[in-house]
Amino acid sequence: MIEINDLYKYYDHRRAVGPVSVTIERGQVVGLLGLNGAGKTTTLRILACDLLPTSGSVCVSGMNVVEFPDQVKAKVGYLPDVPPVYPEMTVDEYLIFAARLRGVAAGQVKKLVDQAVEQTELGDERSSMIEALSHGYRQRVGIAQAIVHRPEFVVLDEPISGLDPAQIVEMRSLVRSLSGDHTVVVSSHNLPEISETCDRLLVINDGVIVADGTEKELTAKERGMRVELTLRGEGPATSVAERAESLLRGLPLVSEVRMLEPSEPGEGIASLSVASDGDVRDVVCRTLIENNFGLLELSRSERELESAFLELLAGNSSRRAGARSEVASGAEAKEKVS
Amino acid sequence: MTRALIIARREFFAYFRSPLAATVIAAALLIDGIYFYWKGLSEATLSAVALAEFIFVAGGTAFLAGLVLATRLIAEERQTRSITLINTAPIKDSEIVAGKFGAALAMVTLKTLLTAYMPLLLFVNGKVSVGHILVGYAGILLYGAAGTAIGFFGSALARSQVVAIIVGLAISGALVMMWMVAKATDPPINSFLSGLALHHDNFQPFMVGRLELRGVVYYLAVIWFFLVAATKVLEARRWR
Repeated sequence: MIEINDLYKYYDHRRAVGPVSVTIERGQVVGLLGLNGAGKTTTLRILACDLLPTSGSVCVSGMNVVEFPDQVKAKVGYLPDVPPVYPEMTVDEYLIFAARLRGVAAGQVKKLVDQAVEQTELGDERSSMIEALSHGYRQRVGIAQAIVHRPEFVVLDEPISGLDPAQIVEMRSLVRSLSGDHTVVVSSHNLPEISETCDRLLVINDGVIVADGTEKELTAKERGMRVELTLRGEGPATSVAERAESLLRGLPLVSEVRMLEPSEPGEGIASLSVASDGDVRDVVCRTLIENNFGLLELSRSERELESAFLELLAGNSSRRAGARSEVASGAEAKEKVS
Repeated sequence: MTRALIIARREFFAYFRSPLAATVIAAALLIDGIYFYWKGLSEATLSAVALAEFIFVAGGTAFLAGLVLATRLIAEERQTRSITLINTAPIKDSEIVAGKFGAALAMVTLKTLLTAYMPLLLFVNGKVSVGHILVGYAGILLYGAAGTAIGFFGSALARSQVVAIIVGLAISGALVMMWMVAKATDPPINSFLSGLALHHDNFQPFMVGRLELRGVVYYLAVIWFFLVAATKVLEARRWR
């Protein structure tokens, strides 16, 4: 278990993280979601003992990262945003070095390196020089070094950064495959990656955790539901979209209907986005079909989590701005009184 | 200590894959060879004098080679971000320093041993004592180790290898110049300052084959001081 209590990290006088208090249970895949500069990397570096906290406590399996760094390091595998590889080594040499450095007994090294290679599907590249590998394969080598000593916790900082779409899919399944043996903490600003890979999301903004829960919990809490639909009707696409829009606006719980670019070409085909305070998918289907529209496609919006995420950040920023203005107005009032 | 050896082994073999290490060692050996040929084999000189001059030059090249080779050890890892691997491994900063310094020192020793045929050539037409050669080589290694420690400290401080070399040369320059400062001051300050000089009073006994405890202790102290300072710099970076 990872227990973070009232963690703060300052770089000189600038607060990068804090206050952060969170508990991560064993076996979870937890996503740390935030914009660039939100404090993700700093938090993960503290977890990996690469950086020490300014105040607060971070305990991994009950051991504090400041008091027992070596014991904590033995339990954590860390992939930073840039894989810490030596280009002049082969994959095998590098993994053996990483395993030995992390205290794996000489007799166990081969077995564990083989396991890490198999898990990260690096078998064909074992004797390749790391400098000759693509970015995607270097990321795999980075993950292999993080798991080679079979740590309880694997901390991955932006593992899909810079990968092409095919590599992203492979990386997602690789990260998910780690969940059986390890507790995984993965950071990203990429929403689809986080939502498809993690059991639990921690949204971090300005160094503070502003939301904690599953994707469903976060989207339900902030937005209700958003669906996108493609339909076919008689007449030009614009007129079809306008008729459907006015029809759907009248439905209970529907808060917003927007016209989208048609998702496919064709006479009378239109696409709409419907936001609602509850699940209205069945009502929308029935209404459209009863009014002689052909429903070609209906799906929950991919931007749903994105919207929730942006609202969380906006809400947090406005709350902070509000708090700041309250403080400012309080100070102003004090000045006036004096 | 085992993990220090693991690091030392990796760094040592990394030097053999680095064009910088090959260039530095080749250049140092070339300078040693040319100087030895010019002073030791071409001119009519006493063998002991030729040997002393060879030790002077080989000491200088070992010092500079050690300094340059050591500057890559931390600065380059920081630049390529591979330093995170050792920072997040269960290994003490002192072990990191010991392992990396050990690898650079092994390269300096290798470079020094590759010059061994030069003083042996003096036996062909001249006469030198084996003791003079051994003491001279001890001096070369101690002086080279001091340069390596200073370069390593520069590497711990700087983000780039070029800056680390500049820092290392500035520290070395200041320490070498101590004997000049000593000359310009009055007793008892002058003897204290000349005792701090990196080369002059501390290295000259080795050149003439005289093993003095003072010089040995001085170079060991320099090595210890800069390695401890480098360890402290590495420790401090985690708090930033």
